[in-house]
Amino acid sequence: MISGLRTGLSRGVIELRQTLTTPVDLWTYLFPALILLGTIFFMRDADVPGTSFSLGASTLPGVLGMGLAFGGLMTVSQQLVVEREDGTLLRAKATPNGMSSYLLGKAVSVGGMTLVSLLLQLIPGALLVDGLHVGPLGWLTLVWLVPLAFLATMPIGAVLGSIFENPRNMAAAILPIFGLVAISGIFYPITSMPGWVQAIGQLFPMYWLGLGMRSVFLPDSMAAVELTHSWRHFETFGVLAVWVLLGLTLAPVVLRRMARRESGSAVAARRERAMATMGR
Amino acid sequence: MTLTGELDAGAVLPVDERVIDVRDLRMRYGTKDVLDGVSFTARRGEVLALLGPNGAGKTTTIEILEGFRMRSAGQVSVLGLDPASGGEGWRARLGVVLQSWRDHGKWRVRELLQHLGTYYAPYSTAEIRKPWPVDELLDVVGLTPQAGQRVMRLSGGQRRRLDVAIGIVGRPELLFLDEPTTGFDPAARREFHDLVHRLTDVDETTILLTTHDLDEAEKLADRIVILNGGRIIADGSADELSRRVTGLTEVRWTRDGRRFIHSAQDATGFVRQLFLQYGEDIDDLEVRRNSLEDTYMKLVLDAEGGAR
Repeated sequence: MISGLRTGLSRGVIELRQTLTTPVDLWTYLFPALILLGTIFFMRDADVPGTSFSLGASTLPGVLGMGLAFGGLMTVSQQLVVEREDGTLLRAKATPNGMSSYLLGKAVSVGGMTLVSLLLQLIPGALLVDGLHVGPLGWLTLVWLVPLAFLATMPIGAVLGSIFENPRNMAAAILPIFGLVAISGIFYPITSMPGWVQAIGQLFPMYWLGLGMRSVFLPDSMAAVELTHSWRHFETFGVLAVWVLLGLTLAPVVLRRMARRESGSAVAARRERAMATMGR
Repeated sequence: MTLTGELDAGAVLPVDERVIDVRDLRMRYGTKDVLDGVSFTARRGEVLALLGPNGAGKTTTIEILEGFRMRSAGQVSVLGLDPASGGEGWRARLGVVLQSWRDHGKWRVRELLQHLGTYYAPYSTAEIRKPWPVDELLDVVGLTPQAGQRVMRLSGGQRRRLDVAIGIVGRPELLFLDEPTTGFDPAARREFHDLVHRLTDVDETTILLTTHDLDEAEKLADRIVILNGGRIIADGSADELSRRVTGLTEVRWTRDGRRFIHSAQDATGFVRQLFLQYGEDIDDLEVRRNSLEDTYMKLVLDAEGGAR
């Protein structure tokens, strides 16, 4: 068990180092950051409706929250699908304690990658807009919010990655996630949406992570434009905790079922299917 | 040598010597029997080749033994345990080399072997030190010059040797090799055969290999098991198998500068007659028994003919 922890951690660190030294991977970190900075740049003169606070400054923290959710949901699920196809998971299965080390390593590397891309967005972003400030309470919020964000999204991402056999079908999972972004109040205030859309938006982690990150970086007066005019930390914790429970209950069952089906012929068959699709 | 799938296959072997012990293994998908009463054993340090046409059930058999697939019925013991409930300690005593790995492309060769080796360290014993030291291992598989390269940059043959290295990094007691030399040039193949001999002679590793290269099977395997249509149709050494097939043996000779070829049922008797008749005149005598390929083709054709 202890050795499984050690191999998992070192696996995560090695993968993180690799991705940070692979040019193609670096581009996938930089690209969203550049898009975001461009967006914020053009928002710089606009204000949040009804206040004199910069719209760019109020959008940035929400986007950071979205980044947390994307890392946990999309990166984890995509890597799982891809690495199932290339045999990495089967290799893990063929190695003692390989599966648990693989999953721990994935959590470490994806967590690290997500934090790196957050910093790539936050540091230049903070220079671009005025009004972002992290108080002692903000730091405290970050301490529980970020780990909770990973715990709430990574297991769900692993479940999604286990359900989809084919990387080319992943769009079916990604589209609803973008739908959630649209109604999450990150780019467009949730207060101006119809009540039923607000209700759906508040079921998912995306909204709460955006809200949580806004509470960290924005002055308390900005809570006035949120639903119920408060940062709702208690509710944020509650909803995310429900997702953590849901994910941690579901993921082991789904992952085990997926892992049980992995074999040399399963990998070979998937590969053949991939070749056939590409040939078309 | 045992005949078609008999239950007492290898019954003479003491139980603790049996690294693999399969009895009446059955695998059924829907109404189709992929494996229909397969029984065989493998002794410690033995190289066992599993041959058979595509779809004969080789892969299914190996995957059940590897613990990657559940069986429908029958008893299977691998290193004394049931693969279906083997656990991590059991897993640490196995090595698996599959046909097509494309994993860990971003990793560097030494880094990957080093990392995967650490998984086996807790299972090191006084008799078997695990893992295999990386530099030594790189040398054994001939990948020292590529140690710092990324895995995705390796050539096909180098990648295959890396797969073998990963398969043996934990110094397995039992190694599964699925078509190990596909894509090897003759020199690489020769080196690989030397490696297999080293593993079985020095480390007493038991090896179960599948191959379509009958020449390779003949060179490497102590014993050959031929599967066809989910049943074992032959089990024995290459020699025993060729003797079992009552094929004709080819005899070639020259007499007075002329070449003769004759296919004889009883080669020894024929040659004796030849010498009695012509004595000193006979030159350049060659007696060629069925090659494993002839034997294999005959056995498979017979089995298919019998099934029809």
